[in-house]
Amino acid sequence: MGVEIRVEGLTKRFGRQVIWEDVSLTLPAGEISVLLGPSGTGKSVFLKTLIGLLRPERGHVWVGDQDVPRLSESKLYETRKLFGVLFQDGALFGSMNLFDNIAFPLREHTKKKEGEIKRIVMEKMELVGLVGAEGKLPGEISGGMRKRAGLARALVLDPEIILCDEPDSGLDPVRTSYLNQLIVDLNAQIGATILIVTHDINTARTVPDNIGLLFRRQLVMCGPREMLLSSEEPVVRQFLNARRVGPIGMSEEKDVSELEAEAKMGHDPGRLPPIPPQLLPSNGRVRPTQSPPGAWLRANGVTPPAGSFIDELGRNWLEEWPRYVATMSVGAGAPTRPGPVTQPGPGKTPPPPGGVRA
Amino acid sequence: MTRAGEGANQPGKFGRNRNGGPGAVLRPAAGGLANVAVREPGRFFALCLDTFRAMFQRPLQWREFIQQAWFIVSVTVVPTALVAIPFGAILSLQVGGLIRQLGAQSYTGATAVTAIVREASPIVTALLIAGAAGSAICADLGSRKIREEIDAMEVLGINPLHRLVVPRMLACAFVGLFLNGLVSVVGIVGGYVFNVMVQGGTPGAYLASFNAMAQLPDLYQAEIKAFVFGITAGLVAAYKGLNAAGGPKGVGDAVNQTVVITFMLLFVENFLISALYFQFVPQKGM
Repeated sequence: MGVEIRVEGLTKRFGRQVIWEDVSLTLPAGEISVLLGPSGTGKSVFLKTLIGLLRPERGHVWVGDQDVPRLSESKLYETRKLFGVLFQDGALFGSMNLFDNIAFPLREHTKKKEGEIKRIVMEKMELVGLVGAEGKLPGEISGGMRKRAGLARALVLDPEIILCDEPDSGLDPVRTSYLNQLIVDLNAQIGATILIVTHDINTARTVPDNIGLLFRRQLVMCGPREMLLSSEEPVVRQFLNARRVGPIGMSEEKDVSELEAEAKMGHDPGRLPPIPPQLLPSNGRVRPTQSPPGAWLRANGVTPPAGSFIDELGRNWLEEWPRYVATMSVGAGAPTRPGPVTQPGPGKTPPPPGGVRA
Repeated sequence: MTRAGEGANQPGKFGRNRNGGPGAVLRPAAGGLANVAVREPGRFFALCLDTFRAMFQRPLQWREFIQQAWFIVSVTVVPTALVAIPFGAILSLQVGGLIRQLGAQSYTGATAVTAIVREASPIVTALLIAGAAGSAICADLGSRKIREEIDAMEVLGINPLHRLVVPRMLACAFVGLFLNGLVSVVGIVGGYVFNVMVQGGTPGAYLASFNAMAQLPDLYQAEIKAFVFGITAGLVAAYKGLNAAGGPKGVGDAVNQTVVITFMLLFVENFLISALYFQFVPQKGM
């Protein structure tokens, strides 16, 4: 389940403007990754390059054993069926209602009967909480609903890879946390490789297994969540903590003199905030690709900031984890557990959402 | 291979062999002249070839084709008829006076039929196909492009050229055939009414000289013209629409350019086909 994506030395230019160059990273199969970066660093362009909508000047994108930029047209369309993509505005077809939008991939690619299509579509609509809005046109619903409908359409062919372009922009915080939970649940359920492009810090801190950061036309850092959250690298630190002090300025980036002035003023970047525990699937299971909290830190001898891995119920997940995994292996046959116990996450204790199933 | 949506700012076919190829030499001037003279036509022809290839992909999108054909009919029929009537009348008016002076009243019908069937009806069809159908198709595809619907479609593994462009192009050509017939009929009836009722011509003279100069191949070449015009209008609209960029204003610009470019292309094609027709098909002697 899930397909690995390996990006090697990818460079993209528009005319003479370099968007980013020499980006190499791996999205491990079945893991959730987040790609961060200030506005305008080409995150969406990166996403479009991954699925072959834009052609890079140099480099490879290996999806399984296929190199996306070098595929023939028919192979490319074939490979794209592995992907489910959620576009920034949902990219629904304006002339079709939501039901037809979500049914579209099924009708085009499968020979399923209309009854079965209806069943699948309704299942996905329930997943994203859109039951009752089947007959609405995309122009008649809010941006958040469009986004959720776009997600339902992306999921309808059971993709191996899910790419989400800013799933949280334009959504309220509550819906964002529902959506994050949904993404984690999906990963637990179908094991798809997931890449989320975002600049929502909360999402980046709690959802992924891996984080990458694009800045100044380069991939500054990419690795396990704990690595970036405990990093002292100025850009990473500034971005993941949403500070003004650091190399990222109001306009794209600060120049050298500004940085020197800042250093002279003795701006202290401050202590790193604690690393929050990772969001768990709502049914209380462990995602197969999830690593135990603190594993990377221990392996690399890094001491996390004080107060790390403690959820809002005061449980320390470094200690809680073995117990949690133990109960899981005992209760493996009965995956449903009471919601609140299994929902660690900073500032979010939503009861198991009505529309979200695991 | 080009894909739908490779825009002017995205190096597509040319970007690939840019390092060291002729593209590297051209690059300094690329912004202006080369872009207009080489890249845009190059991309346009690439799109044409891809579209023709997609045309033979099964299954043909019948539903979309019929919907589009109906849509095009609905936006073009009334204007076409309304333009055709004065066209026939104007011809009668302009030529009628001259013919009377020459004393060739018995040939009024011949001139009207020749002029309308050979030239006027393909031109009127061209205007309407380009102005009404082409602009509507371009606006539709352009707004889909900027809303990322085209991208979404490609990502869902569906070729927009096959799914959207081919049915539209064929619908344009198909409707063009009928519009051409419509213009011929309405124009000739308009000319007749004007000639007989306003200018005091005799119905017999108009009808008797009907096929004095015109012949059946005139109609065939007119229909071929209309078909070619339809294909051209559909392709230009698709090219401009799929390359729309820069938000709603970009779509507006694309529609504008579609109409202008299609007009120019259609008049060139009209001239070429007419010239070929006169070369290859012997004309009727009087």
